[in-house]
Amino acid sequence: MNYRVKGPEECRSGLSPAYQENHLSSSQNPLTFQQLVLRLQNFWADHGCVLQQPYDVEVGAGTMAPETFLRVLGPKPYRVGYVQPSRRPADGRYGENPNRLFKHLQFQVILKPPPVNVQELYLESLSALGIDLRKHDIKFEEDNWESPTLGAWGIGWQVMLDGLEITQFTYFQQCGGIDLDPISAELTYGLERITAFLQDVDSIYDITWVVSPDGRPVKYGEIRLQDELQFSVYNFERADVEKAWKHLGLYEAECQALLDEYAAVKLQSPVDSGEKRKAKSEEPAHDSGEEQMAKSERPTAIRRFPVLAAFDLCLKCSHLFNILDARGAISVTERVGVIARIRALAVGVAKAYVDQQKAEENSAPTEEKGSAKAEQLSAAGL
Amino acid sequence: MPDFLLEIGTEEIPARMIDSARDELTRRVGDLLQRERLADNPTLQTYSTPRRLAVLASAVSSAQPDITEQVTGPSLKVAYKDGAPTPAAAAFARKLNVPVNSLEKITTPKGEYLGATVKKKGRPAAEILAESLPKEIAGIYWAKSMYWRGKSAERFVRPVRWLVSLLDGEVVPLEFAGIRAGQASEGHRILSPGSLPIGRPSDYSSALAKASVVASAAERQQRIRKALDAATRTIPGARWREDKSLLDTVVNLTEFPSVVLGSFDPEFLALADEVLVTVMRDHQKYFALEDASGKLLPHFLAVLNTDGDPDGLIRHGNERVLRARFNDARFFWETDQKIPLRQRVDMLRAVTFQKDLGSYFDKTMRVQKLGSLISEALRSAGSSVRSGVVHKAALLAKTDLTTELVKEFTELQGIVGGLYAKAQQLDPILPAATAEAIGDAIYDQYKPESMDDSVPRSVEGAVLAIADKADSIAGMFALGLQPTGSKDPFALRRAANGIVKIIAEHKLPLPIAKLFSDARAEYAGSEAEKRFVKDFSFDQAVASFMRERLEFYLRDVRGFAYDVVNAVLAADSDDVVDAIARAEAVREVRGSEDFASISTAFKRIKNILRQARETKKSIAEHLDSDALTEDAEKRLATAIEIASAVRALREEKNYSAALAHISRLRQPVDAFFDKVMVMVDDETVRANRLALLQTLLNEFSTIADFSEIVTEGK
Repeated sequence: MNYRVKGPEECRSGLSPAYQENHLSSSQNPLTFQQLVLRLQNFWADHGCVLQQPYDVEVGAGTMAPETFLRVLGPKPYRVGYVQPSRRPADGRYGENPNRLFKHLQFQVILKPPPVNVQELYLESLSALGIDLRKHDIKFEEDNWESPTLGAWGIGWQVMLDGLEITQFTYFQQCGGIDLDPISAELTYGLERITAFLQDVDSIYDITWVVSPDGRPVKYGEIRLQDELQFSVYNFERADVEKAWKHLGLYEAECQALLDEYAAVKLQSPVDSGEKRKAKSEEPAHDSGEEQMAKSERPTAIRRFPVLAAFDLCLKCSHLFNILDARGAISVTERVGVIARIRALAVGVAKAYVDQQKAEENSAPTEEKGSAKAEQLSAAGL
Repeated sequence: MPDFLLEIGTEEIPARMIDSARDELTRRVGDLLQRERLADNPTLQTYSTPRRLAVLASAVSSAQPDITEQVTGPSLKVAYKDGAPTPAAAAFARKLNVPVNSLEKITTPKGEYLGATVKKKGRPAAEILAESLPKEIAGIYWAKSMYWRGKSAERFVRPVRWLVSLLDGEVVPLEFAGIRAGQASEGHRILSPGSLPIGRPSDYSSALAKASVVASAAERQQRIRKALDAATRTIPGARWREDKSLLDTVVNLTEFPSVVLGSFDPEFLALADEVLVTVMRDHQKYFALEDASGKLLPHFLAVLNTDGDPDGLIRHGNERVLRARFNDARFFWETDQKIPLRQRVDMLRAVTFQKDLGSYFDKTMRVQKLGSLISEALRSAGSSVRSGVVHKAALLAKTDLTTELVKEFTELQGIVGGLYAKAQQLDPILPAATAEAIGDAIYDQYKPESMDDSVPRSVEGAVLAIADKADSIAGMFALGLQPTGSKDPFALRRAANGIVKIIAEHKLPLPIAKLFSDARAEYAGSEAEKRFVKDFSFDQAVASFMRERLEFYLRDVRGFAYDVVNAVLAADSDDVVDAIARAEAVREVRGSEDFASISTAFKRIKNILRQARETKKSIAEHLDSDALTEDAEKRLATAIEIASAVRALREEKNYSAALAHISRLRQPVDAFFDKVMVMVDDETVRANRLALLQTLLNEFSTIADFSEIVTEGK
């Protein structure tokens, strides 16, 4: 690998004097990669976002992390921001392409529902990064987002800064095949691109991640190049196709089993709606003691059900699919079918999640009355 | 009279949707004003930017004019009894809120009624507009719309953020999407943030201009053109490449446009022009610069949505992005050469053509065979086609779908294949000219992309393009996926239009029905065939679909009158080139008196024959000349003998001469109808006369069905 670390002077050597004077002198030192992340976190924390940590299961995009995929479902308002490493095995280039990565970092913001000034807030966040909008050209160009695998789509723009796409701005309309209500706005910042722009470097690997105490810039390449090279080798050359199929099958089976089980639990515990309650109370004589006990346990059974784990399993399937795809191991006829299978899981999880939320809401008042069990659970951090 | 202004302020509307939405809003507002009698022929000015659609109507009435109306009530008989008003009369008066004694007598053809003249007060314009405009706004058509306030709220192209609705200085209190209209508009997002009050409708564009928004799209276009010219002048001998659709796009991406000239490393000019221009135009929305000979220069023009770039920051940023894009393209180009096209054929097994029709490998095999069949057919009809070129080009045609460059720049499919085929030595044995021809055929395979686009340059390219398109149409139809109404997800109409245009312009002797039965036959025994719709009359469906496309081509592209097209295609629609030749000949004679008369006579003949069949009258199988009695019918029978000459001329495709012969039928036909009664009681005579007419119709309808010709004034 021909990668080498350039000094700070070298980085800027290609700049016109006018550029240096007007751009760099105004913001003495462009932000380092991690300063950029910190600024975005601070900005969105100030605007009421929960700051989450990256999700620790492989995902292809910040959208697939449960903080987006699941939180946009259902009626509860929510605001969250987080960095999400996004793995796309087929996009790997062994670290040889200055603009492409197998794993890039996104900063993901979800605003549910979107405030009326959502675009202005977004532009303010750019200002917070030291971008003087008055000196740049900003455009919102149509770009709608769709993920057939997730049964999700939205309407929005790619935000262009001096001809560079820096953010995907989407109003989610559907997720997991479910129409969303309320709508969520999703902002996905391409962190490497924005930093490379601010630092005016032509290669992602030349981005200054941080300046070490001795004043030496620590470059993106130092931190990530090995990662890119080795995972490209694995994804394109080494991943064992047969085993990957096997893993995919196992994860799928477990996810599906959970979903089936949820449906069964659900069947035993009808939604605790007023109507049903009334119907039962009219015939108290028929309630055996056993049945009554079961009834009180049912909401708990639903609440405890590991729908979230089912989602992790679904994510595993998606990642394995991407690896198999990068390996060129998925034939035409298989491809459509596998996407449909993963979509079915995602849709199943979304449905179960919404249902679970609903059940929780309905049973919330009674639970609060003092279920010792619930308290124990929450004390245990569950 | 007051002016009226409506402005819908939104988040950025997709550029491609703005013009039509603005026009629709204008039409809706104009129609509303007229319908509600608030203006006759209102003068409408229209404005649009990515963030707003606006209409300014001048000279609007502040209220509807009062109208006097006569209302009819109960009949007099019911209304008065013995000269006194009955309860019916009283009720009528009460309904209209007038005294009974003001009611009057109305005489109508149906009798005498009680009536009243009532004055209806016109409603104020503001009230009507506030009530009706929300419906008009909601009714605007969007190719894609969205929710933003939840599922129970409205849909619109993007969130609506403000509304301005003014009748002179007064707010028209309308409400849409939870927003009440007011006087506050907004200026340019960055250059003039914050609320912008509009005093009066007529101030609209000047107020916006002060807030860095050029509200008129036409004016923005002018500005952009001027700015492009000015920036180009700084490069000696340069001109910018005119690009209408790109210009429309940037007009609709900006509120306050300016232009910046950027440059790139001349060494990128080694990349193919097609690649450079695609990156600049499609991905970056830049205009390319060229010298007087059309050669690309290492510069570009970016249209900005701001007032300039004094520090060169924006230019620098755009140059950086373009450099990365070009580097990518070069990287892809070089990577792609590691696996030549001929080694990529097998890789097509992994690329889906259509989920039920299999992979592009399957398609390649079918198209290659179909291309050979077409080549053979053309050769046996006397055309010169290099079948070897078609064969090889068809084999490699889709291989570029596996290349990095096409994966990145999908719009370059075909073009990249053509360029690679020429850049790679396909086969050392091939003469250079053949290799060149193969490359060109691959390059042109998707042509024509629209009716304005050119057809493939070579006949081999034409054959490949036809085979590819026919294969898609045949497969989709067999799956039951033919276009319906406005739905044509696989762009089959475009493909079919392309086939018609290619056959027409290359003048190919290629019958349509045979082409599609061959295309369908290539699917025989395939996996795909198992999914084909059962009990489906494929031939008929394709024939009528292709006939529609041919009709469209003749009418809308070639400008033939619709009756000429109908007449010609009624005779035959299988041979495109022949249909055009016949249409040209028929167009020549269409206005003549002889043919007006013949057309009328043919309509009459058709009617008579139809009636005869409907009333079960027998028609003699053969005309018996000896059984003809009247002079006029004998003369017509003699005249019909020119049929053999006409047939011969038709064979030679000498349609003008054939039609000249046919025109001589006019006199005997007219005389026949003057003198001879067809539907006589004598069954033998009648049957023989019907046979005469049937013969006439059969013999002379092979060039066109003249009964389809619309005659003036009838």
